[in-house]
Amino acid sequence: MTLAARVGAAMLVVFVVLGVLGPIVAPYDPSHVELAQRFAPASWSHWLGTDSSGIDTLSQLLWGARSALEISCSVVAISASIGLLLGTLAGWFGRWVDELVMRAVDILMAFPGILLNIAIVATVRRPGLGVVIAALCANGWVSYARVARGQVLGLRERDYITAALALGASNRRIMLHHLVPNLLGPVFVQMTLGFGAVIAIEASLSFLGLGPQVDYTWGAMLAQGTSFLWKPGFAHYVLVPGLAIAWVTVAVNLLGDGLRDRLDPRVAGSQRARL
Amino acid sequence: MLRRLGSGALAIIGVSILTFAFLHVVPGDPIDHLAGGEATPETRAKLEACLGLDQEIPQQLVTFLGHVVDGSLGHQCPDPEAKPTVAARIFAVLPHTLALALAGMILAALVAIPLGVLAAVKRGTWIDTAVTIGSLAGVAIPMMVLASLLVLVFSADLAWLPGPTELGPAALILPAIAVGTHLMAMLARMTRGAMLDVLGEDYVRTARAKGVPERRVLFVHALRNALLPVITVAGLQFGSLLSGAIIVEKVFARPGVGTTLLDAIAERDYPVVQGTVLVIAVTYVLVNIAVDVAYGLIDPRIRVS
Repeated sequence: MTLAARVGAAMLVVFVVLGVLGPIVAPYDPSHVELAQRFAPASWSHWLGTDSSGIDTLSQLLWGARSALEISCSVVAISASIGLLLGTLAGWFGRWVDELVMRAVDILMAFPGILLNIAIVATVRRPGLGVVIAALCANGWVSYARVARGQVLGLRERDYITAALALGASNRRIMLHHLVPNLLGPVFVQMTLGFGAVIAIEASLSFLGLGPQVDYTWGAMLAQGTSFLWKPGFAHYVLVPGLAIAWVTVAVNLLGDGLRDRLDPRVAGSQRARL
Repeated sequence: MLRRLGSGALAIIGVSILTFAFLHVVPGDPIDHLAGGEATPETRAKLEACLGLDQEIPQQLVTFLGHVVDGSLGHQCPDPEAKPTVAARIFAVLPHTLALALAGMILAALVAIPLGVLAAVKRGTWIDTAVTIGSLAGVAIPMMVLASLLVLVFSADLAWLPGPTELGPAALILPAIAVGTHLMAMLARMTRGAMLDVLGEDYVRTARAKGVPERRVLFVHALRNALLPVITVAGLQFGSLLSGAIIVEKVFARPGVGTTLLDAIAERDYPVVQGTVLVIAVTYVLVNIAVDVAYGLIDPRIRVS
């Protein structure tokens, strides 16, 4: 592992630990409104100050880490499972299965960026966590399916697959025992990157007022922060959640690049520099 | 070529049907979502009739696709007579969004390509490190944070550039930076990688060996070949700029497709929501086809089959 990848892994561990322990170690309840303490500056009792309702910023950040972890873990786990399944089926069976899956991929990829997520969330009045997770999974599986399909197309010509077929292995056995284990590396790289992407998308949706209507997310903090950015000395309300999101993004990019070099057989030799 | 157009057309049809489906896939009565729980029966009935939700679903789909084909994209609800068609509303603001996305792309390419070349040529030096770290930061910073900070520093504090709600060429600079930074970071990394690959090729060694000046080797022999994939990726990323424009338009309070989409969501004017989503997606599909075709024309080694 390169130094960059180790740094990325360490940063990601910090995030995960804070996400798991955050609500336990948070000094205040994030619903603890204390109007006398509105917009308090950083102090011993409030390390990062308080917001417009006197809610402790550090506590919000820690609870936000928990929801970020919950959302990203659920979305990545569901998307990767669906993508791995459909991608493997498409690559192995080919023909109409492949055609069907790839046309669905084409259509979903025609919605750039967060457009599809916005379109889905917009049909619900007060989207909860579940709706947002479903909206993110709706096109989240596509990248995993493409990676898995591409790998399977390469693997199916290999001798060991021919050997397995000659020995009378069933389709199911070949996919589960001979193909999927070889897909896990590249899919894992994709999962690492997806982890950061999900947090960024949730933040964008929340910023647009379309995020999950749950207590504390970094995106909601950001949205609140930008609303009083114009007052002098209020920039940290944007910077604190902004840096938290950037932290995770940097972590997964550093780690993802390192893992790709090690785990992804498609990236060999000179191609490594490009990616 | 025909196949590419065919799959593009298929994608557009699929996008239309999917856009239509969103309203119906969601569990519960769509009118509840759109009118709100406390709406009077008259309001509900009016909205239902305007949206055509009183008809059978296949009939609704036919009506919707009809509106797509005739180019009107339907009418705005709940007062269809008082307002122009959905398409008229969207196409009135589309140029603003396209200008923003295009400005972001040009800016990204103009900054990223020289930086990427520089980093590749000065590989391993502090310049290379600075470009690498800079591009990582560019990928990591959330777009709304960047946009807000740009306004705060360059418009509110320093007053160098026009800020939100203003229009005109100078007012395009900050939004273009905000929308283009992600792409800029990506392209700088790609250019660096592509240049490093190309500089290791035999024909570059040959050029050097026969005494071609280094400058000419870099810019004529190497860069021309390295740029092909970079430019293609830039073109294919046009969609991410369109989607980023939704956020940037909100921060800068600029008129555009993104602002229209968000307004329509707030007004619960679902035909406009469907229309904007459709227009953005179709624009993206068309740009992608254009990029593919152009790539085939520029690079004779690749032909779009």
